[in-house]
Amino acid sequence: MEKMSRVSTALGGGGGAVSGRTMFCHLDAPANAISVCRDASQVVVAGRNIFKIYALEDEQFVEKLNLRVGRKPSLNFSCADVMWHQMEENLLATAATNGAVVTWNLGKPSRNKQDQLFTEHKRTVNKVCFHPSEVYMLLSGSQDGFMKCFDLRKKESVSTFSGQSESVRDVQFSMKEYFTFAASFENGNVQLWDIRRPDRYERMFTAHNGPVFCCDWHPDDRGWLATGGRDKMVKVWDMSTTRAKEIHCVQTIASVARVKWRPERKWHLATCSMMVDHNIYVWDVRRPFIPFATFEEHKDVTTGIAWRHQHDPHFLLSGSKDSTLYQHMFKDASRPVDKANPEGLCFGLFGDLAFAAKESLISSDANRKPYPGGDRRYPIFFFKKPDLTEQFAHVSSALSVFETGLESGRMDWFSQTARLYLLSGKPFAELCDHNAKVAKELNRPQVSTTWTMVRIMFSDPANPNLSAKLGTLPLMNSFSMKDMGACPDMGACPDMGACPADRGKEGRSDAAHLEPGTSHISNNDDNEETEGSDGQAEYMFGDAELDDDDLYSVEHDNPAEDQEYTLPQEAFPLRHEILDNPSAPEPLQQDKAESPHVSGGEAEATCLTPIESCSLISASQPLYTAHLPAGFFCPVVRDMLRYYAEQGDVQMAVSVLIVLGERIRKEIDDLTQEHWYTSYIDLLQRFELWNVSNEVIKLSTCGAITCLNQTSTTLHVNCSNCKRPMSNRGWVCDRCHQCASVCAVCHHVVKGLFVWCQGCSHGGHLEHMMHWLKSSPHCPAGCGHLCEYT
Amino acid sequence: MDVVDQDALGRWDGLSSRDAGSRDSAMETIQQELMRIVEAIGHAPASQPRSPASPGPPCRVLNGILAHLLMLSKRCPFQDIRERCGWLLQTVQDLGVRSPRPLANGPSRFIPEKEILHVSKGDDRTQSIFEDAFVALGRLDNISLVMGFHPQYLEGFLRTQHYLLQMDGPLSLHYRHYIGIMAAARHQCSYLVNLHVNDFLQVGGDPKWLKGLDGAPQKLQHLGELNKILAHRPWLLTKDHIEHLLKAEEHSWSLAELIHAVVLLTHYHSLASFTFGCGITPDIHCEGGHTFRPPSLSQYCVCDIANGNGHAYHHDDLLGNEEVSGEVEVLMEKMKQLQECHEEETSQEEMVERFEREKTESMLVVTAEDEESAPSRDVSRHFEDPSYGYKDFSRRGEHVPTFRVQDYSWEDHGFSLVNRLYPDVGQMLDEKFQMAASLTYNTMASHKDVDTSMLRRAIWNYIHCMFGIRYDDYDYGEINQLLDRSFKIYIKTMVCIPEKTTKRMYESFWRQFQHSEKVHVNLLLMEARMQAELLYALRAITRYMT
Repeated sequence: MEKMSRVSTALGGGGGAVSGRTMFCHLDAPANAISVCRDASQVVVAGRNIFKIYALEDEQFVEKLNLRVGRKPSLNFSCADVMWHQMEENLLATAATNGAVVTWNLGKPSRNKQDQLFTEHKRTVNKVCFHPSEVYMLLSGSQDGFMKCFDLRKKESVSTFSGQSESVRDVQFSMKEYFTFAASFENGNVQLWDIRRPDRYERMFTAHNGPVFCCDWHPDDRGWLATGGRDKMVKVWDMSTTRAKEIHCVQTIASVARVKWRPERKWHLATCSMMVDHNIYVWDVRRPFIPFATFEEHKDVTTGIAWRHQHDPHFLLSGSKDSTLYQHMFKDASRPVDKANPEGLCFGLFGDLAFAAKESLISSDANRKPYPGGDRRYPIFFFKKPDLTEQFAHVSSALSVFETGLESGRMDWFSQTARLYLLSGKPFAELCDHNAKVAKELNRPQVSTTWTMVRIMFSDPANPNLSAKLGTLPLMNSFSMKDMGACPDMGACPDMGACPADRGKEGRSDAAHLEPGTSHISNNDDNEETEGSDGQAEYMFGDAELDDDDLYSVEHDNPAEDQEYTLPQEAFPLRHEILDNPSAPEPLQQDKAESPHVSGGEAEATCLTPIESCSLISASQPLYTAHLPAGFFCPVVRDMLRYYAEQGDVQMAVSVLIVLGERIRKEIDDLTQEHWYTSYIDLLQRFELWNVSNEVIKLSTCGAITCLNQTSTTLHVNCSNCKRPMSNRGWVCDRCHQCASVCAVCHHVVKGLFVWCQGCSHGGHLEHMMHWLKSSPHCPAGCGHLCEYT
Repeated sequence: MDVVDQDALGRWDGLSSRDAGSRDSAMETIQQELMRIVEAIGHAPASQPRSPASPGPPCRVLNGILAHLLMLSKRCPFQDIRERCGWLLQTVQDLGVRSPRPLANGPSRFIPEKEILHVSKGDDRTQSIFEDAFVALGRLDNISLVMGFHPQYLEGFLRTQHYLLQMDGPLSLHYRHYIGIMAAARHQCSYLVNLHVNDFLQVGGDPKWLKGLDGAPQKLQHLGELNKILAHRPWLLTKDHIEHLLKAEEHSWSLAELIHAVVLLTHYHSLASFTFGCGITPDIHCEGGHTFRPPSLSQYCVCDIANGNGHAYHHDDLLGNEEVSGEVEVLMEKMKQLQECHEEETSQEEMVERFEREKTESMLVVTAEDEESAPSRDVSRHFEDPSYGYKDFSRRGEHVPTFRVQDYSWEDHGFSLVNRLYPDVGQMLDEKFQMAASLTYNTMASHKDVDTSMLRRAIWNYIHCMFGIRYDDYDYGEINQLLDRSFKIYIKTMVCIPEKTTKRMYESFWRQFQHSEKVHVNLLLMEARMQAELLYALRAITRYMT
């Protein structure tokens, strides 16, 4: 005996005639199909290795009969489909995988109930179907492309319908029209046949892309046919008109194996899928986005579904590859709608943000103001009249609109920076300087500083002595001159002449930091101690400028240059005078941070302080230990990049990454890099900075990123002669055998830039077209199209 | 061409154009460059014989160019390039430079060159497909030339292959070629390995990987096991193998990548079968495709004589043999009988019996092991465990359960899985399978208007039967009726151990049939094998997912 189990203890309320609960039983083998007898008291389960009848009792399934008899069952028992006759309760038909159609008579006294055997099909029979009102008429559809109609009183089929060697996946008699049946095919077609006319179909239309696995006539509405296909769609067709019209379409997540209309509910149908997805869904076809109900009990794909009683919508039976047979109670179904939060979020053109959510979720917010446009219900056409037959919960939502301030959300700096940054093409130091300058001009001192620091850290620390001894002074001069010419901020410096001098001093002071040879920490202490005392002199300088930006630039630009050019001078005598120059701006910075009106950039700056001082110290290190390993700074820089990325400034992280290239790449794992790159590229593309994004893609070293440029590079074009799409690669049209890229003005083949009108497909050399369309609005090819050059 | 310099790669790009003018100018550039090199070498000590045995770097470049020119002069679908290249080679030879000559005559060792080229010239459609292929790749490989017998199929085949290798997909380009190399190497198919080694380097692959699987990333090494099983004993594939690949920490594959890899592996396993089955010779410009030695009597390839490249009518002489005449008629008679005598009922037990018998018998078909092929490139280094080969699955007592197509078929299950994870490819493979299965010209040898569907189905099912895949609705007795022993040997060898295929096998089956029909058979074998492997792999993946 089968092992029975209970799933829930609730008693089924059900509709009058039948009662029960959600329950299941284990089968011995995977099921392929199930079918219910007319009075809903028994169900037959058929599969490759199973063919049994179970009685549906209130509490459990009870095995009534095993139809697989014989010691070595033949392939005739290997069922692809089964159907219980809806009028004659002793009559069953099965479709066997070996091509046999078998009927079974339960009234037979012997153990073997096999009644008739038809072996006319050459391939697997996919479907059998009894006529709903005619006792002896059976229809079968097979892989060999034929449908056969059998009269059970005869030994052979009475008529054969040919599907032109396309495999038949499903056949269904119409519920209402006596002579009509529908057949669905592997090539996506659905055919309608009159049972009296086997010579040709009445009507054919293409329903799906790829095989149509199933179809089902609506039990009440005479013209409706539901079809499900491998293309993951369920479509409802209205067949009452002259042309089959698609009236509903439900997109599921996997290919649709079975579809069954729900009794007594006009708009509902149940589906299960062929692969991957194990659930059974009941859809309201008017609400194609979220299933009305879901049954999630099966552990493998569901292969057969049947409504237990043809007038009771509350019981659904299902068989599955996981070798179980279930009875699902509708009230136990999960309702995805309840779990879904109806929320919507959308950005407006000018950065406004609209957010709609269930009223209950945001009612607590006291600050809400009514929308200036008036009452929330103002656009009255948004409201659908509640349809009583639609059992979806009606949700009223509240809409909030958040306006952005004019300035706060501005991202100008982002696109500016992206456009102005140089990521390659120049020596490393120049790139850094350039980028530092860009950042400074955009009023982002912290970023600017970082660039400078990066330059210091990685600028060729290996042989400072050599370059220094040879040409320190001239080099320094030329550099600072250039720098000043190019940078307006520097030009604003009150004391031009003093600048180089200051610079020199600072550099040396920088060096002096480390002279005692103390550890980092003590250096830090040093800094703090001296801040108060020695910083005084520097304050003067700062006050004079009244611009912290410039202060920054002075502070950080200078050491940067100094490191390269003045450091090897080792001008000891002067050192002590300006001992702590670089730390001077720090108090200022902190003041700023504490002030109430902190803008974005400045807020960041406060966090940066520790990093900055830290890197300053390490930066100065190579002055004295010139033979530090090249990767010495990498951990610091890595942390810095991480920090930026975490702050959301992925632009900085990626830019530094690219500029540093090999120097830092090994330090950061590939996944993180890839993540940064994709984020940055995504941002760039949202700002429509295509060129920059392309440059970034090109310069990236991640395989996953560089290959972005190789995807989706197909361009679809029409031939300018025959206006048909060109299927061929290259520029010769298949159909008219002419070269498609001929300039409409000069009639030569265009090599190079080719511009063409998307309206009429004519075009030519960019210059010719520009010229032509200046003088005439018509297409130069004379086709009469009014081309537009924008 | 072991040395691939960037120059050489860009050089030929201009020729891949449909516009005669730009081809012309590209040819002009090549000519100038060639002359420059020839001159440069000419200025070097002229006394030193320019032997190909010890070529200096410029000489090697020159030889590379000459080989490529030779290829173009023979294989390019554009008349103008063919002529121009031929002329250029002649000119260079007149200047005293030793120029190469093709080592093999024609794209296939089995099929006379004339017959293949005749096809491509006669048919507009084939010609345009060849042009497409040339424009896309800058070459026309021998496989495409041989498939040119069946343009409908070739079109789908090239489209699929192009998509798999060049278009959107989860794997990066060099991975794709490397997987192709791995798969082809499993069957020691040096032709495909050479082809893809060049492509692999061209898309920026790391030459270190080519030293062996050990040099490749861990991720690819993991794939080795799957490659091995799929190639030789796909029925042993379980979901544990899949899990092993998908759950390997940082070296793990994603499902989409895995599907892509599986499709590539199966594609190249079966393509290796085709390559051996049709006796494809190395492409002219590749290693082993040409020689700089002058022809001498001892060099004359014996098989050239045998396959009619030397003597035009030799092949027909074979056909005149009396004992084989009437073979076709017998076969047709059998088909007719089978179609008619369907009333005679066979019991179900009998049917099961027949499948099992055919399955075991297919194991007993002994395959010739006499001729050892020696691959020119050391292909064995691309895979591990070279001893792992095809093993008949029921021989060693462990009975493997039969795979029933009705429970897991390509149309219902495989397709959905592939298309879900690697969009569009499912569709392309589906079309390719359908094309291969339904391709027919309704001819058999010299007979017209024959329905060959029964024969095609027998071949298809026989191959699946060798992999343990069973169709419930097929009577395996038909196979015995329709496929004779020598044909079975050929199929078995080609599908299971293609590297052992010999010319004798190719010739000994279906002697009266046309070469194009034999190529057709090969296409069937190739697709059936690919589908069988795919079914096992996809079933394992599906089981892993549920």
